[in-house]
Amino acid sequence: MQKPLVIALAGNPNAGKTTVFNAITGARQHVGNYPGITVERKEGCVTCGDRKLQLVDLPGTYSLTAYSQEEVVAREYLADERPDAVIHVLNASALERNLYLTVQLLELGAPVMLALNVMDEARAHGWIVDSERLSKLLDLPVVETIARTGKGMDELLAAAGTHAQENQNADWKPLTISYGPDLDPVIAEMVDAIEREKFLTDRYPARWTAIKYLERDDAVLEQGRNAGKVAETLEDLARRVAEHCRTTLNMDPEAIIADYRYGFISSILKQGVLSREDRKERILLSDKIDRVLTQRLVGPIIMVAVLFAIYNLTFVLGEVPMGWLESLFGFLHDTAASILPDGLLQSLVVSGVIDGVGGVLGFVPLIMIMFFCISFLEDSGYMARVAYMLDKVFNFFGLHGSSVMPFIISGGIAGGCAVPGVMAARTLRSPKEKIATVLTAPFMTCGAKLPVFILLVGVFFPTHQALALFLVSLAGWTMALVTSKVLRCTVIRGPSTPFVLELPPYRMPTFRGMCIHTWERTWHYIKKAGTVILAVSILLWALMTFPSLPQDQVTQFETMAETAQTQALAEAQAQNLSTEETDALVTSSLDDVANQEAEAALLHSYAGRIGTALEPVTSWAGFDWRLNIALVGGFAAKEVVISTLGTSYSLGEVDPEDSGSLAERIESNPNFTMATAVALMAFVLIYAPCFVTVVTIAKETNWKWAIFSTAYSTIIGFVLAVVLYQGLSVT
Amino acid sequence: MSEQIHSLRGLAVGVKAEVRRIEAHGELGRRIRDMGLIPGTEIEVIGRAPLKDPVALRLRGFTLTLRNNEADFIYVEPLASSN
Repeated sequence: MQKPLVIALAGNPNAGKTTVFNAITGARQHVGNYPGITVERKEGCVTCGDRKLQLVDLPGTYSLTAYSQEEVVAREYLADERPDAVIHVLNASALERNLYLTVQLLELGAPVMLALNVMDEARAHGWIVDSERLSKLLDLPVVETIARTGKGMDELLAAAGTHAQENQNADWKPLTISYGPDLDPVIAEMVDAIEREKFLTDRYPARWTAIKYLERDDAVLEQGRNAGKVAETLEDLARRVAEHCRTTLNMDPEAIIADYRYGFISSILKQGVLSREDRKERILLSDKIDRVLTQRLVGPIIMVAVLFAIYNLTFVLGEVPMGWLESLFGFLHDTAASILPDGLLQSLVVSGVIDGVGGVLGFVPLIMIMFFCISFLEDSGYMARVAYMLDKVFNFFGLHGSSVMPFIISGGIAGGCAVPGVMAARTLRSPKEKIATVLTAPFMTCGAKLPVFILLVGVFFPTHQALALFLVSLAGWTMALVTSKVLRCTVIRGPSTPFVLELPPYRMPTFRGMCIHTWERTWHYIKKAGTVILAVSILLWALMTFPSLPQDQVTQFETMAETAQTQALAEAQAQNLSTEETDALVTSSLDDVANQEAEAALLHSYAGRIGTALEPVTSWAGFDWRLNIALVGGFAAKEVVISTLGTSYSLGEVDPEDSGSLAERIESNPNFTMATAVALMAFVLIYAPCFVTVVTIAKETNWKWAIFSTAYSTIIGFVLAVVLYQGLSVT
Repeated sequence: MSEQIHSLRGLAVGVKAEVRRIEAHGELGRRIRDMGLIPGTEIEVIGRAPLKDPVALRLRGFTLTLRNNEADFIYVEPLASSN
């Protein structure tokens, strides 16, 4: 079998690279992350004639410098894997800027070919591009494409196949351009030294390494220091020429290098490649739209409306399929309960596995709808405008304009979910702002916390329910923003990432592209549910089940059940009840005993012991053992808070949607005061994100941050709860 | 002539100008250059965000945004024709 030809796809963000990749590979692609980092790695296979082609989608970059992870990944891939061809997808309407990356790819020696994409937009701009001439001048294949409509895709694939075949096993021939009288002699001197010592020459061309030393590229400098002694000589040469340039020209070598690269590009474009129709510059449709969508007053109003609409679409539309999944898992729950004999195995399968995984998979419809909407906003270009409009506010709190979406989805408008919210933070390219966003987004009032708030507000603030809920949401926002400000001044310190961002022209996204995006992200989530989350759900089940009640207590409850049954029967006889009424009375008195047994079992379990052990500490915030267990369970999923409280108040399982009986029980408990309620609400709002969120945080950043998030939010939440409880108890 | 050169922050919406000097170093400097903002480039301020910051520029056929405090490092000379 022939080895497939490897073709890498490189290009600027917004040039349509992903659309080209999707159009070529369709559904035959798989997505993962590069080991250890969250930069997406996409691959797909396709056959062209009788050859198999393997397409690798490199992350979108403007350049091959080593500042962002994307750039490092793209560069290292090319240097280490040496693909047989590199398709560089360019935005033909911003050709000059896009060719900057081409020059860098050529300097690395990669067998580049160009796909001049969005030719239709270029024409709308009034640009005339002579692609044949460009091909001749740069001596590489150039294909014109409109990836959105599929135009030029077959030609591109054919040309790429041929180009790859020709370059297979061929040596890379790096492009040499002049960097002027100040730098050229130094580069020559450095190249001599590099070639003499064979310094890094197995990875990079000698001239390329020399230029990187002049650009003070940290990644290469570090590799160099480990590779050999020449590194010192090179660094020395670079330092001297840098000083010279600064004193004579008041410029850094890297600025000079950039100037010459753009000079090289413009000299090519001026040789008849790029010309402009001789007519008044058109006002483009995109600019017209922007005049409305980013207008000072109308812009923000539209933005709020769009965000609100997405939110509604996600949670209103998502409710229906979520209901189906709930019924499906309810059915599995009942079926498993009836098939398996009573006992531990049944409890494990039903409460541990089915309910645990069901709780997680129940979110899948929400995640799909939300990512579909986000894909639309991203692919259409609107998301960049949202970041543009909100950056000023978010930057003040140490965040980035793009942090808004994760916040809203996590429950910025009460009722969201932090899991898709944290995943939405992927759109943030700057690592520090991303971590700050991911760590604070779970403070929002997600849909699982809401039932707790509704229950407590109903009991303690019956006349001001809406206001109280609104204030809780506001508290979530305040905590998130203030905390991120604090985090950005302490553990995630550092200057804000530059907001040098492209506003891409508005485009109609392709339905196929949005579906692929949505499915990629959803599948990630589902895979997680099957592994880590299943394990934790079983662990929590075990905590709340073991150790089981000692035999003598079980016997005691059995006796109580018998007595209750006898009493109920006697009472029914005395009151002369019908058979049905008798049955109902017996069942309810048996349920009473079962609930008491469940309460006793919960108290006896490890979870109950943890709850009791925590009482001396948590009593500062007014929490008793019942609340403690509920909150421990709430770590698995906040929905569990209410159902666990039900068990601990010997009410059996309580439905979070219908917690009337629990409300009565809380109202009649003299130890449960308004101060307790407020402290509890504060704690539930702030304390550790649910486990699914923690796993998601770990996936998007790393486990260190996930554990940090769990610890610091629990501490902040507890301190806040203590302050509120003590403060309110005094008055 | 040199009196005409001032930082990009002061440029009004709709004004075209040519970039003269860029005094940003490090990551910001590199990002700005990677995006095609180098001396000699013609730019036009096409808008400001609702809170006046960031600013949106048109150059080399695409739209770029940056914050005002980043624009401070970019010195431009307004083009006569646009006044």
